Amino acid sequence: MIVAERKLFDDLYAKASKHKKVLLLGCGTCVTVCMAGGEKEVDILDSQLKLASRERGDDFEVTTHTIVRQCDDEFFDEETSRKIAAADAVITLACGVGVQFCSEKYPEKRVYAGVNTVFYGATVEQGLWEERCAGCGECIVDQFAGICPVARCAKSLMNGPCGGSSNGKCEVDKETDCAWALIVKRMKELGTLEELSEITLPKDWSTSRDGGPRRIVHESLRLDEGTKKEG
Amino acid sequence: MKTKSNIERLLEKGEFVVTSECGPPRGSDAEAVRKKGNLLKGVVDGVNVTDNQTSVVRMSSLSSCIILKEMGFDPIWQLVCRDRNRIAIQSDILGAAALGINNLLCLSGDHQSFGDNPKAKNVYDIDSIQLIYTAKTLRDEGKFLGGDEVKGAPMLFIGAAENPFADPFEIRALRLGKKVKAGAEFIQTQCIYNVEKFSKWMEEVRERGLHEKCAILAGVTPLKSAGMAKYMKKNVPGMDVPDSLIERLSAVPKENQAEEGIKICVEMIQQLKEIEGVRGVHIMAIEWEEKVAEIVKAAGLSPRPSA
Amino acid sequence: MKNEPTIIAFCCHYCAFTAADLAGTMRKQYPTNIRIVRIPCTGKVSENMVLQAFVEGADGVMVAGCEIGSCHFIQGNVRAVKRVAHAKKLLEETGVNPDRLEFYHVAASQGPLFATTSAEFTERIKQLNAGGKASADTTSAETPQETVHDSSRT
Repeated sequence: MIVAERKLFDDLYAKASKHKKVLLLGCGTCVTVCMAGGEKEVDILDSQLKLASRERGDDFEVTTHTIVRQCDDEFFDEETSRKIAAADAVITLACGVGVQFCSEKYPEKRVYAGVNTVFYGATVEQGLWEERCAGCGECIVDQFAGICPVARCAKSLMNGPCGGSSNGKCEVDKETDCAWALIVKRMKELGTLEELSEITLPKDWSTSRDGGPRRIVHESLRLDEGTKKEG
Repeated sequence: MKTKSNIERLLEKGEFVVTSECGPPRGSDAEAVRKKGNLLKGVVDGVNVTDNQTSVVRMSSLSSCIILKEMGFDPIWQLVCRDRNRIAIQSDILGAAALGINNLLCLSGDHQSFGDNPKAKNVYDIDSIQLIYTAKTLRDEGKFLGGDEVKGAPMLFIGAAENPFADPFEIRALRLGKKVKAGAEFIQTQCIYNVEKFSKWMEEVRERGLHEKCAILAGVTPLKSAGMAKYMKKNVPGMDVPDSLIERLSAVPKENQAEEGIKICVEMIQQLKEIEGVRGVHIMAIEWEEKVAEIVKAAGLSPRPSA
Repeated sequence: MKNEPTIIAFCCHYCAFTAADLAGTMRKQYPTNIRIVRIPCTGKVSENMVLQAFVEGADGVMVAGCEIGSCHFIQGNVRAVKRVAHAKKLLEETGVNPDRLEFYHVAASQGPLFATTSAEFTERIKQLNAGGKASADTTSAETPQETVHDSSRT
């Protein structure tokens, strides 16, 4: 999933207090799971804005709404559109995709990002999320016993650990596992360590962000011009 | 012998090679480079020039190499993957060769979070092993990574670094093999304080026959004080400083610790010299270049064969 | 602010709520400012429950649960302590003094403790309402580590 973290309260307050009527728009998918921008977090921000505006003597109205997904046209239903129309500005707690999608759908509305989108990751344990994928466009994890050096090595090294691997941890952050320590351990267990003596040649980054913004087309799924839903 | 490299020539002659290092200044003063150079003149066979080491911005490695070259040195140009993509790397390699640089040391580079620009974006388009491969492809195949033909191949003696003490230990010799396979002809190691562990690593290196395929130059760094030893043990990842060394330094009065550190370094060189497969030493006297001559002399490695 | 503060006490059914009841039968008086909300376990308390109490006009919120190790639902109070610590941070961000929120451990048999604790807490809120600084409360729970998501970790 996409993992995000709520922006600092003061930033959000500064944005909200510029308007008379603000809608907090939550997203029910990834940011709900990582507890950054679901219904619960929308409610907390709502309470916080109300308390702060009282403390600071500002006067603006806050309303809330959460939809299943902000990266999908389908979930911006009539009720949502009505609520957005009724507000002067929207703070969306969806990931960067949702923020943009919402802006595209309501071009006349001021839309603010309520969270910082951080990475594609997993819930490693309750309350702890870690990065696992960098979306490079050409998956190579199977060469490395299922551990991605692109996403999980601080230097994206593809031919083994750097000199900074220490006791299984990365020199950049003592809390972070050295991806290469994990790869070596797993390949040793699988008895495939010698496979690492093959040189991994320079990676083709054209499939990654470096190749420009990417798009995927499934012709078989696309609707004919006439049957497309009206925006 | 492929290149005009002094160290390649000496290694081929079977000489025990001595190299040292010179960190470029944090400014544009060429005189600062020359000043360091003067301390090493006639003392060593080659001088490494670091490339923004620890990610702190300094004068460009290649420019500093040229200044040293003009002084008669055969500099060893260090190049890291942190700051350049494969376009810049290939271009710089051609440029360095055109300017008469004969030695290239391929490195990943320290992560930028340790330096003075922790907000920088890193590149790591390719890693150090892919950099070795790139340099070799340019030189031996006469081809760019993109496949096109190079008009005038860059004749560089290609080296790499290795840290025998970093984790995971079991991958270290295998990874060295990979560097050799990619095209590394000489290896300079991270500074060695634990000779026993280094010997174990060398055993593995010999088992894989790697000591015959590349020249291993053992890295040493003289310790200035017990405090420095403790600091390195604690704060430098992948640095193995045995307690016995710290104790030995601590047992000496503070004002004599530097002298003791030099003595330890000299003893270390003598021990390392006896290990089969060690073809030279690389003395990294960080901001202590004036001591290199003394160390080389005391280790019985002076005078150096003429270039 | 008014000088007779409104204080919401979220009390666990298994301990603090019984203690409050016991205080009554023991004729131990506690301030009338305290409005008790019975909850099945302090583990039911979420950050927003607390924040909302403030939004709706509470001057102080106390969450009272079992001693560590004696939660009827094993871990509920441990989680509540973390969530209350998180809620304090959220309050602080808004400018509300986090001393207006506190977690207390009160066992079912501790009627007198409930009475003194709620009296102390009421006094603290009164002082805050009067513009004074609250003094540190020795009965308050220890603050857990301040990791952002600590509140949701087990």
